[in-house]
Amino acid sequence: MTSTVPISLQRRFDLTIDGKDVTVTEGQTILEACRQVQVDIPTLCYLETLTPVNVCRLCVVEVKGSRTLVSACSRKVEPKMEILTDSSRVNTSRRMVLELLASSVDLSLADDEVGHWMQQYDVHPERHGPQSDPAEEGERDRGHAGEHKAIDGSTAETVAQPIKRDNGQYLRDYSRCILCYKCVEACGVDAQNTFAIAVAGRGFEARISTEYNVALPESACVYCGNCVAVCPTGALMPTIEFDLRESGKWDPKSQTVTQTVCPYCGVGCNLELHVQDNQIFKVTSPLDHSTTSGNLCIKGRFGFEFVH
Amino acid sequence: MDLKTTEDVATEEERKAADSVIGSAPPSWSDGLRPGVGGRVILGGQRRRANLRHLLLPTLHAIQDQIGWISHGALNYVCTRLDIAPAEAFGVASSYSLFSLRPTAQTVVHVCDDIACRAAGSDSVETMRGHFGEPDTTDGQLTWRTSPCLGQCEHGSAAMVTIAGSPGVREVLAPFNIHELDTVVSNTTAKRPPTPATLLNQVRSELHLLKRIGLVDPESLDSYRSEGGYQALRRAIDFGPEWVIRELKDAKLLGRGGAAFPTGAKWEAVAHSSVRPRYFVANADESEPGTFKDRVLIENDPFALVEALTIAGVTTGAEQGYIYIRGEYPLGERRLRSAITQAQSRGLLGDDIMGSGLKFQIEVRRGAGAYIAGEETALFNSIEGHRPEPRTKPPYPVDKGLFAKPTGINNVETLLSALEIISSGATEFIRYGTESSTGTRMFCLSGCVNLPGIYEVPLGTKLRELIQIAGGVTEGHQLTAILLGGAAGSFVGPDQLDLELSFEAVRMAGTTLGSGVVIVIDETVDMVAFVRRIAQFFRDESCGQCVPCRVGTVRQEEVLARLSLNAPLGSRQDELSLLDDLGSVMRDASICGLGQAANTAVLSAIEQQLIFSSKGNS
Ligand SMILES: Cc1cc2nc3c(=O)[nH]c(=O)nc-3n(C[C@H](O)[C@H](O)[C@H](O)COP(=O)(O)O)c2cc1C
Ligand code: SF4
Ligand code: SF4
Ligand code: SF4
Ligand code: FES
Ligand code: FES
Repeated sequence: MTSTVPISLQRRFDLTIDGKDVTVTEGQTILEACRQVQVDIPTLCYLETLTPVNVCRLCVVEVKGSRTLVSACSRKVEPKMEILTDSSRVNTSRRMVLELLASSVDLSLADDEVGHWMQQYDVHPERHGPQSDPAEEGERDRGHAGEHKAIDGSTAETVAQPIKRDNGQYLRDYSRCILCYKCVEACGVDAQNTFAIAVAGRGFEARISTEYNVALPESACVYCGNCVAVCPTGALMPTIEFDLRESGKWDPKSQTVTQTVCPYCGVGCNLELHVQDNQIFKVTSPLDHSTTSGNLCIKGRFGFEFVH
Repeated sequence: MDLKTTEDVATEEERKAADSVIGSAPPSWSDGLRPGVGGRVILGGQRRRANLRHLLLPTLHAIQDQIGWISHGALNYVCTRLDIAPAEAFGVASSYSLFSLRPTAQTVVHVCDDIACRAAGSDSVETMRGHFGEPDTTDGQLTWRTSPCLGQCEHGSAAMVTIAGSPGVREVLAPFNIHELDTVVSNTTAKRPPTPATLLNQVRSELHLLKRIGLVDPESLDSYRSEGGYQALRRAIDFGPEWVIRELKDAKLLGRGGAAFPTGAKWEAVAHSSVRPRYFVANADESEPGTFKDRVLIENDPFALVEALTIAGVTTGAEQGYIYIRGEYPLGERRLRSAITQAQSRGLLGDDIMGSGLKFQIEVRRGAGAYIAGEETALFNSIEGHRPEPRTKPPYPVDKGLFAKPTGINNVETLLSALEIISSGATEFIRYGTESSTGTRMFCLSGCVNLPGIYEVPLGTKLRELIQIAGGVTEGHQLTAILLGGAAGSFVGPDQLDLELSFEAVRMAGTTLGSGVVIVIDETVDMVAFVRRIAQFFRDESCGQCVPCRVGTVRQEEVLARLSLNAPLGSRQDELSLLDDLGSVMRDASICGLGQAANTAVLSAIEQQLIFSSKGNS
């Protein structure tokens, strides 16, 4: 979230990023300061439209005088800060964060950049051993806080588990969940105010869940799909898109995106219809659209049957 | 927000349990359902602003205590009463180990299998298995599960028994003894008389924090006052906040909760804030394995903590205080609640403290089995009814703490040291300790030592002397190592007995005093199992928020398992460099101290060649 202080009252001051002087505005985050001078910082749990939760720790940078690294996405700039974005401590931590994620989560449908970062930081998830077998249905949802099965280290534990398909609109494949909290934020105070899902359990057994893991139709979910829109890993996916992929017909080259305005009510949400073979498989809204900030309701998101 | 719950409804007993905290539902509610909304969709909206959310944890406790588990219907009822989304309340409940979200036996025995009891040779877990079979069965009247350190380490073994009912039973057995367990279970009314603390090998005239232990009746305010109690509060009120803060600064008091932050500066920052209300919190979550000092102070001298927190309140302008005590300290909690009631009835708490016109109230909040809730910002979240996840700093608690207001928070021992400074003066306080580590400090000696217990010595005392005061290493055995500072601390070897126990000396030596833990280890202790238990602890207690700690603690446990089974992936060297990399990312990129310290003990055990070397005993 950007600062609410009027721009005219905001102080400007200098700091250095990788040794170069940069003038920044009070209230900016280190990430914003870096982007302003084209210094790339990888991020996973950050999204412009959501309050930073700074949990993935991929965006860490070194700030002189700070005992630990700091998360660029949430830390505000301060005068005279000396920021290093490419030091060996930074690179080790980023490599390890990616390695820990890739060794425990299926990242094969994650945003394209993730693959690039894996190469850039020379990530080797296989160092942690062969991946464990998927959990049985409901097993990860039954965990008791502070307890886990004895391990012998022969496999690297993962979050692999069966897909949750309990409604017609979208499915939840938590084998792909990096626990970035984006869906929880989108369902909660940052957009939808429905609070159908939350983080449950703790430690490695932490997971996104409805209360007592009830199916979505029994939960408070209203199928706005805002969680689906922000999920960076494909853990939450429209059912039509999933079925296309499953049937082997998924073909990004033949896909088109059409801009339109939602016809259902007078608000005027911009829609982007993602189409393959004359079938809409996904509806999104631009993050920078002033009305939606990327968010829609069930009608705009999933009410496209009428078009066919 | 529209609240929507499933159709599961609470039983009458469940509602009664919840109402014991929240108060009865309005008469228009039938069967616990809000009227006029069809029972399924409940309108929250504006009411959410009333913000009753901070009652969530106490309400969940009431249901757990009385019913034995938290059913979906019970959770729905709590959510409609407190205006909390069920998914969020479930997220909170499922993050604490003392809450059960499935039906379980009426009696649950939590048996310590942690490091200090291990070092002391406890076989409680084997005994329980022999008598009751595997842990965590859901059928039958009694089940048991293993527990991290219960804060009873001087006894060498420990268990906490909970029996659901109204009133429910929560009793600690330390040392653990299966016959006594039978007595507690079969006779749920008789309370086991608490064992009074004894001060071993210590001269009372040299004690400051422990000076009243065993002399005062912990249940009696008069007894406390006859030992000089409440004179310090009088002074604090008469001389005023600036004087108190100057004394703390002159005394150079550093926090005893682990981070060694200057206490005077902390109080000053809260006192000088322009924002109100403000809060002051006593951190009595004490869950660092091997730590039991705060328990001894609270159980035996509860008024001292109440008085100290009151001084903190009137000095910083906070009018509401909290004592957050871990859920495994039922006796301490009872005594604190009784002390607060007595202090209130005599005008030592309330709207006109000692006739000064100053206000201060104290509420006790009980933890529910989560080490991470001792981290100050996670503790605030816990009180507020959110998941006990640490917040990012800055902002710091003195600016935005509990309920996003300026908040002071101190460890119990820090508060008692402050009390000592106010009553005897900074000049007296700095007569003990070293130039920059002033005063005395409580150390928790456990494991392979003749007289395990609490020892108060001046900071700067040599490790060797401390162990000697505690009677030395168990007869006929060889010291192999000492774990300093707890699971988040590190091992020192027998060659480091001359180490001075001051903040500066341990920092130089690359170790820490942490929460004052000194676990003495001899050659009988299986070091690999010991270190693996530490790794397991961090994995189990990680809140799971950030990747380095959530996954890193799992990977660390896996490497240790492979190395101890002699089944490395690739070479042994590969495994060690993996451990190093895990250490780097956890230390550098974790959000809080849990992840940042999750590998220090492991790495120090390897460096000291206590495990995985030709010299170690594996
Ligand atoms: C994982 C973790 C657990 C902690 N547990 C405790 C605890 O049980 N008791 C405590 O006093 N401080 C604990 N702390 C330290 C607190 O965050 C905080 O620094 C302390 O309460 C401040 O008090 P002091 O200034 O008096 O030391 C813990 C810190 C971390 C990172
Ligand atoms: S679809 Fe909307 S209401 Fe349902 S879980 Fe996702 S964000 Fe929440
Ligand atoms: S489901 Fe997607 S958005 Fe939600 S926490 Fe997991 S990865 Fe993030
Ligand atoms: S370091 Fe561990 S305990 Fe601390 S915030 Fe991260 S996951 Fe939670
Ligand atoms: S992007 Fe900053 S911590 Fe995730
Ligand atoms: S009580 Fe068992 S280790 Fe502390």
